[in-house]
Amino acid sequence: MKFRVFLGFIAPSMFLMLVFIAFPLVSVFIQSFYTTTTVYENVEVETCTPGFGTTTCVTETVAQPLKDQNGDLVTETSFVGLESYKNILRLEEAFTDFSWSSLMAIDFWKALRFTLVFTLVTLPLAIGLGLLIALAVNNFTQRLRGQIIFISLLPFIITPVIGALSIRWLFIGDGILTAFLEWWLEMDIAMFAQAWTIELMMMFYRVWHVAPFAFVVFYAGLQTVNNDTLESAVIDGANRFERLRYVIIPHLMPLIVFISLIHLMDSYRVFEEIVGFSSQSYVISLQWLTYEFLTLDESGTRSIERASANSMMTMIGIVIILIPLLQKTWRDHKARIL
Amino acid sequence: MAAPKALQMSASLRAGVISLIAVWCIIAAFPIFWIAVMSVKEPVDSFSPHPLKVIFGPETLASGKGLSIIDLLIGAGFIYLIAWFSAKKLPRLVNDHSPFNLVFLGWIVGALLTGLVGFLGLGLVLPPLLGMFNSFLGFLGSPIVGFTFEHYLAVWIENEFYRNFNNSLIVTTGVVTISLTVGTLAGYGLARSGSNLAFWILIAALIFRALPHSVLVSGYMPVFINSAEILEPILGSNAPTLYGQPLAVIAVLVSINQPFTIWMLRAFFQNIPSELDEAARVDGCTHLKAFWWVIMPVMWPGVITTGLFSFLLGYNDYLVTSLLLDSQNQTMVPAITGYFNRETTMTDQVEAVAAAVSITAPLFLLVMVFQRQIVSGLTAGAVKG
Repeated sequence: MKFRVFLGFIAPSMFLMLVFIAFPLVSVFIQSFYTTTTVYENVEVETCTPGFGTTTCVTETVAQPLKDQNGDLVTETSFVGLESYKNILRLEEAFTDFSWSSLMAIDFWKALRFTLVFTLVTLPLAIGLGLLIALAVNNFTQRLRGQIIFISLLPFIITPVIGALSIRWLFIGDGILTAFLEWWLEMDIAMFAQAWTIELMMMFYRVWHVAPFAFVVFYAGLQTVNNDTLESAVIDGANRFERLRYVIIPHLMPLIVFISLIHLMDSYRVFEEIVGFSSQSYVISLQWLTYEFLTLDESGTRSIERASANSMMTMIGIVIILIPLLQKTWRDHKARIL
Repeated sequence: MAAPKALQMSASLRAGVISLIAVWCIIAAFPIFWIAVMSVKEPVDSFSPHPLKVIFGPETLASGKGLSIIDLLIGAGFIYLIAWFSAKKLPRLVNDHSPFNLVFLGWIVGALLTGLVGFLGLGLVLPPLLGMFNSFLGFLGSPIVGFTFEHYLAVWIENEFYRNFNNSLIVTTGVVTISLTVGTLAGYGLARSGSNLAFWILIAALIFRALPHSVLVSGYMPVFINSAEILEPILGSNAPTLYGQPLAVIAVLVSINQPFTIWMLRAFFQNIPSELDEAARVDGCTHLKAFWWVIMPVMWPGVITTGLFSFLLGYNDYLVTSLLLDSQNQTMVPAITGYFNRETTMTDQVEAVAAAVSITAPLFLLVMVFQRQIVSGLTAGAVKG
């Protein structure tokens, strides 16, 4: 295919990605150094209170938001450098006394802590569970496989917010699973009264949501395991576990890397769980923090500059996660060319 | 083919495997099954701590709303029939009856018709029919399980959920059509070009795929809100405010989804031997003609699969739609948060459950009809790497 034809084919897609992905990135970067504030003007207001005989008048200077002819608020945008980043990271407060609780009092660090813990805890669980189900189904009778895959796909395909809600309704108040746990452990349980139980439910939800994906991919991978290798392993006296460890897992390794990668990207942007479990007063994530900065607050403004600064910090995290992968792809590509 | 003796499982391992699968199936289906059960009960039953009360719904039954054994059997039979039809018969019907180049449309029509028949049958035809039956049948016809549709009626009619459904329909249709049109062209180009640029585009797409959507939305937000002023020099005084426009949201969702779409479509195009388009080229087709008349007819499975995933992205999205659309034209998923943030009464909560089930039902149908395509989509990216 000629290069010009190639350009013609990819042009619409490139245009969309440039306008709606690359351009916003640049604009977020720039926005994070500017701040937009409402302009206030000082107005002298005379308030008079009727007294006995005389009227007492006090003249005060009050700051009022300035409005233009249409009655809209006048705003001004100014360069503030790293001010928004400082507002988010609050480094002096965070690291003065090196105490964990003062660090966790700051939204950004709290969100970062949860996002990282969430990502790293759910990763092995989702992969392990997916692999386990795939192995089990692969050793199971052929007849019911279609039905099992159908049921397994349900948690994967469900709208994330709805999935989180469905777990929440099992536990909220005296929901049946809370009631069951109370009966089993013989103690009072309130699943939504402290951060760690909410985090547990969120992780449970995410593993429930992602394991089917891992299962289907691993199951497809298991179909291509070389039977001769397995049989020679048996002849060499390998037991079931050793066959898994030395034949099957190495065969599935590229798939494990692939799923880990997708899972890292997806769970790093954990967000729907916060909405579904309404956990914002206990647990927040990086993406939720940006979302909150972008929604209208009580005074009817959006703090775009903070959202931008927070986005930039979030992206640094993503880049760090992706670096090893990009290095590997680059090496592969060079090897292919040479 | 029986496995060699040494590879066969011991009895205890077999029992372990079976119980593992059973436990997983229960965990996978239970939350979804449960919200479906909750949504058809009076609030007292729905949020009862006793599972049996939730299932049988004594309070709902006491208020005179229930299903008899006959109702249950015939209802279950009907659902099974629909499932069997969509899994076994529908694919062949679609293939036989759709025009040569437009199998894609055939699938959409087939899925919609199946959904419509299921909905009409369960919602409109069966209830009065079974009501007549029940009055003859004595014990078998007397209600034993509490059941009420009133929350669905409240959600869809009183709270005008159909408006949100409409908006969801507009957004998802737009997302699927545009992202497939743009994506197939790019995917084909990328699959057939060995140039360095193609490699770098794919890498950039991979990085874009990893970006949290909120990062992008904070880039759009100020531009969309002030777009009337920004675009005024170009478009004059009728420059639109993009904030709150479904079309703008569609463009945003399509672009967010582009990286994933082109990766997946490229994988499918690579499966099609390039000798095929070379033959067409020799016969005098232009690249575009070869693409449309020779490659696309064999490419439909891949397009359907990618379309499904685009559909899921548009349908399931919460973040972008809730930030960029205002409350008048909100889609279904963000609209549901209005219910549970309210949480004033138990009835509100059950209505939220009913709305959640309403959102899930089309997805359920989707898995029924397109299970094979979804599985092939999940594995396409993985196997190709």
